[in-house]
Amino acid sequence: MRDIPHRGGPVNPSAATLAARFPQGVLRHDVTWGDTTVYIRAESARAIITWLRDDAGERYDYLVDVTAVEHRDALRPLEMVWHLRSLPYRRFLRLKAELDPAGPLVVPSITAVYGSADWLEREVFDMFGIRFEGHPDLRRILMWESYAEGHPLRKDFPLRGRFSRAEQLSQSLAANPEARYSMEELSVADAFHELPEEMKRRILADRRTEGA
Amino acid sequence: MATTRRTMEVALSTPTLGPRGAVRQAPLAVGPKGEVLPPDLPLGEEPELGGDHMLINIGPQHPATHGVLRLVLELDGETVVRCIPHVGYLHCGFEKIGEYRQYNQIIPWTDREDYLNSMGNNISFALGAERLFGVEITPRCTVLRVIAMELSRIISHLVWLGTTAIDIGAFTPFLWTFQERETVYNLWEAWVGARLTTSATRIGGMAADLPAGWTDGLRAFLRSLPKTLDESDRMLTRNGIWVGRTIGLGALNAAEALDAGLSGPLLRASGVAYDVRKDVPYLDYETYDFDVAVGTRGDVYDRYLVRMEEMRQSVRILEQALARLPDGPVNVDDPRLILPPKHKATSEMESMIHHFKLVMEGPRPPIGEVYVPTESPKGEKGYYMVSDGTSKPVRWRIRPPAFVNLSAIPRMVEGHLLSDVIAINASIDIVMGEIDR
Repeated sequence: MRDIPHRGGPVNPSAATLAARFPQGVLRHDVTWGDTTVYIRAESARAIITWLRDDAGERYDYLVDVTAVEHRDALRPLEMVWHLRSLPYRRFLRLKAELDPAGPLVVPSITAVYGSADWLEREVFDMFGIRFEGHPDLRRILMWESYAEGHPLRKDFPLRGRFSRAEQLSQSLAANPEARYSMEELSVADAFHELPEEMKRRILADRRTEGA
Repeated sequence: MATTRRTMEVALSTPTLGPRGAVRQAPLAVGPKGEVLPPDLPLGEEPELGGDHMLINIGPQHPATHGVLRLVLELDGETVVRCIPHVGYLHCGFEKIGEYRQYNQIIPWTDREDYLNSMGNNISFALGAERLFGVEITPRCTVLRVIAMELSRIISHLVWLGTTAIDIGAFTPFLWTFQERETVYNLWEAWVGARLTTSATRIGGMAADLPAGWTDGLRAFLRSLPKTLDESDRMLTRNGIWVGRTIGLGALNAAEALDAGLSGPLLRASGVAYDVRKDVPYLDYETYDFDVAVGTRGDVYDRYLVRMEEMRQSVRILEQALARLPDGPVNVDDPRLILPPKHKATSEMESMIHHFKLVMEGPRPPIGEVYVPTESPKGEKGYYMVSDGTSKPVRWRIRPPAFVNLSAIPRMVEGHLLSDVIAINASIDIVMGEIDR
């Protein structure tokens, strides 16, 4: 923790090997407060992260975190962030991919590379609306399935939520607790297809009474 | 399930007495035509008891799920075929709220995520923010923070031990561990005035220095805790019920544990010696003499042993920290960060203006971003903060160890019995405040 400069300082050696190995996918790197950030193209994320995990000279075997950053400056791109750690070499690497907030927010999923990416990517999808291509089960995780107000950590999402308090209250009073079971779970219980048509419609629409 | 002819026959053929009063052996199974099969029937030929799977919902309000966790289990008989966890019932939007708060105002929120380790969270956050500000804390503050972190590791593990023992059926250790925990909460109260939600740190220091006589209280605790640990150890470690209910449960090997992103005691129980205090040292942990407990099997029993040993190692660290605790100021001498003394703020114009500006505008870090990991009782807890040069972070991300650990619960419980799900879930040591944030 001692004497860490704000900018510059020792660069993680993986930044140079990455740039040599993926000249197309790697854009640039910088060092802030001792951590090296490598900027990559979003579409090459899976190839780069797989290589970082498997290469004998890198061995980033631990996925620390998957998250995203949206800046207050609306002109700046949305940033997708991966934090990787190499336990054998004691290295820490931050990968970033810049996404155009106006365009489709799609990033390849790395659930096949690290199992722990499953919930972390679901959280990023839930909070930022970034879709992960190839994720086996991309559902909301912290908010509920039928949450209609958008993605809370986006900067255009007001702190108090999009809907008024009255609207939020009436929605939660009308919500159907059975709808909290996913369709997959209800099919396991063999219960869903036995329900009356009208009840199925209500559960799918997350309503307690018809027409609410 | 409706009663079939076959089950009726089994029910009728209960043991009865023969003509001479001897117990007649009951047939254990009947064939498809209703014929009685000999009791030494090989397992493979036993009649199919129906392939209907059952859906069981545990939680979100179940005492054994340690908070508002909901597990939907698909059962084949009593064996878990599939487990679908649902989280988010306690979601409060901490990370969103943090974007609207100054750095010092975020510290009370860190109390409330992993509320068993509130002091540790305060310090983790302060360490991250201090790197973002480029501040070097004082030697006394460094040692005080080590003391606070290790004490909160001990109380978190004590709560884990007590509640897990209750889940598995032993009530007594709960009373012992909670008694010790009370001692630490009394120490917290004497130090910062709060017991659970401590909010003990400030950017660049602590809210308060130790009161007089505090270290004597800590020394007394360090004398009594090993006895309690020994008692629990004698009660559980070789207890047949405890061993039978924990060994071999939820086992993940080292490769699986790394793939699942486990950290903390769970990862070390699986045989990976990764401890943030050793691998990415902070607060001068590299200068303390302590060992990292590592298991071999990665099951519930090893997680128990690792946590027990961690508490003993924390006692070692605390003794060394007490021995080296230096005198001197707790807070850095930096008026950009630290409030002026109260008597000056109420008597001097400059100090009052300075106080006003610090409270109303807040300190501003330079543009940049940091990720500072620390070893929380649950695993690697890190705060990722992005600053755009204003007094409020652009992004404040909590790397929640329990969230990532919990995401591995399907692969831990599948194939085990329903009653073992409770033990495995307890072994993960979840705190929903941190998972849902």
